[in-house]
Amino acid sequence: MDRFFLVGVYILLVTFLLVVLLPLWYIVVSSFSSPAAVSAGRVFLWPVDFTLRGYQVALSSPQILTGFANSMIYTVVGTAISVTLTVMLAYPLSRADFVGRKVLTGAVVFTMLFAGGLIPTYLVVQAMGMLDTRWALLIPNAVAVWPAILAITYFRTAIPDELREAGEIDGASDLRILWKVVLPLAGPMLAVIALMYAIVQWNSYFDALIYLRDDSLYPLQLVLRNILILNNDAGGDATSALERQQLANLLKYSLIVVSTVPMMLIYPFVARYFTKGLLLGAVKG
Amino acid sequence: MTQAPPLPALAATTKPPVRQKPRPGRLRRSVRRHWQLYVLVLPPLVYFALFKYVPMANAVIAFKDYNVIAGIWASPWVGLEHFERFFSNPMFTTVVSNTFLLSLYALIASFPIPIILALALNEVRSRFFKRTVQMVTYAPYFISTVIVVSMAILILSPRIGLISEFTGFFGLPTTDYLAQPDFFRHVYVWTEVWQTAGYSAVIYLAALAGVDPGLYEAAKVDGANRLQKIWHVDLPSIMPTVVVVLILSVGSIMAVGFEKAFLLQNPLNLSQSEIIATYTYKIGIQNADFSLATAVGLFNSVINLVLMLSVNAVSKRVTGSGLW
Repeated sequence: MDRFFLVGVYILLVTFLLVVLLPLWYIVVSSFSSPAAVSAGRVFLWPVDFTLRGYQVALSSPQILTGFANSMIYTVVGTAISVTLTVMLAYPLSRADFVGRKVLTGAVVFTMLFAGGLIPTYLVVQAMGMLDTRWALLIPNAVAVWPAILAITYFRTAIPDELREAGEIDGASDLRILWKVVLPLAGPMLAVIALMYAIVQWNSYFDALIYLRDDSLYPLQLVLRNILILNNDAGGDATSALERQQLANLLKYSLIVVSTVPMMLIYPFVARYFTKGLLLGAVKG
Repeated sequence: MTQAPPLPALAATTKPPVRQKPRPGRLRRSVRRHWQLYVLVLPPLVYFALFKYVPMANAVIAFKDYNVIAGIWASPWVGLEHFERFFSNPMFTTVVSNTFLLSLYALIASFPIPIILALALNEVRSRFFKRTVQMVTYAPYFISTVIVVSMAILILSPRIGLISEFTGFFGLPTTDYLAQPDFFRHVYVWTEVWQTAGYSAVIYLAALAGVDPGLYEAAKVDGANRLQKIWHVDLPSIMPTVVVVLILSVGSIMAVGFEKAFLLQNPLNLSQSEIIATYTYKIGIQNADFSLATAVGLFNSVINLVLMLSVNAVSKRVTGSGLW
């Protein structure tokens, strides 16, 4: 009985594995196949007429390179801003001797339950002159509530009060204690919230869609959306209309691979922290 | 990222520390001693005021006829006119029911699968196999919505896609799934499941790792087989986690994100794919009818708030623990 059950469990898990892997595998093998084979639907589990044309076009398209560079900027700068502001918010709110802590925490958490909405927020961004500038992607969503709660919880539970008191006795100021004592001990938490912010920043396109007009500022995801979903032309050296169409099809597969590979390369190292972060909030409550 | 909501409730269950009695002059003394903390907290508070609370105030334009020249405060009041316009519009029932049905379907489909995945993984003794399955099923969570939707479009494509190769192989007719309104929800929900099942399973796996080994011993002594062990030990042990996740999903049932639905939309499937978020975007940003868009958004925000509060209240009564 148990043996049959276990066999069933393994079959189930292998099915899960295949369901996740098969689409990814199909995209990868298609990206290495010839434009004609892809367009004729002849590719299945192995590349047909192996070629790197799709990658040549993808990596030489100015739109894509600009988008890539922009996304790097938004992710690095945006994450730095977000983590800094989150720590500035969370550390004081984690201190029992900070008067007004509860009211302010409540005010922060409330924004998770109720929001002014799309247009009212747009009007603020507009009034601040951020429309069509890089700031629009860096500032309006700089602090998220969930990482802030995580940071508050971590500061309160994982950093022993005695260390801070020792620092105070030595005459260190609050800022100095934060910088020299607390932050060096908060490494794992900082890594987790930095990753959360970085992944959101790298993967989102909505803010760019509503706040940016100038396509030289577009992040990668918006460029990808225009090419992959709206079928905008990404360039290439095709001569005939048919060839152009076939190349455009192939390019989609190559682009998906190119833009996903960076994430897939760092993900195994990141996943551990991410899991930790997910559980940090759950267990440390 | 409108991907699977992180699980904020799990942290929010934090018990508030014992309340300190407010003493006169406590604030002044604290500010004098710890002025740096109060300076530190200012920039993020300004951020919240500016980008979260000012928009809440700006939402008054839902009750006004906003025009750019007069500005928010000088625009004339019109009462509930925009809400009436929305409620009497035939799109009202469409977008509200589309949002609700999409969300309900997503909830029903994506709720049990991570639990099954976690329970199954928990039975596996081979560490290598377990880690591999976990790593692979977790991976799609890190792929962007744009990429997931593009993959779905390519794979479902009637001429070149993987699915049409399968159906063609079995001699079945090929269909353009994305051109059919009926398929929008299936594509939306099952790509969601594909993307988040592994991620969501993590939380249950952690709960399973915390099960008291004594319970397994006891089950063994009582002669329980694996299935009985899952039913009588594992499931009850993860129940609290299950309840929290469920409450959260039910509470946010009308808060379907914009990103994915918008990408999957095309003129042919709008009858099912137009949801509140995409509709707000269209009347607000594309048609520049700011007041109407704000009214629609406000309507949705209020529903979300009421849902969250009532779900929390029900949960407090039934399970004795709420999210806050």
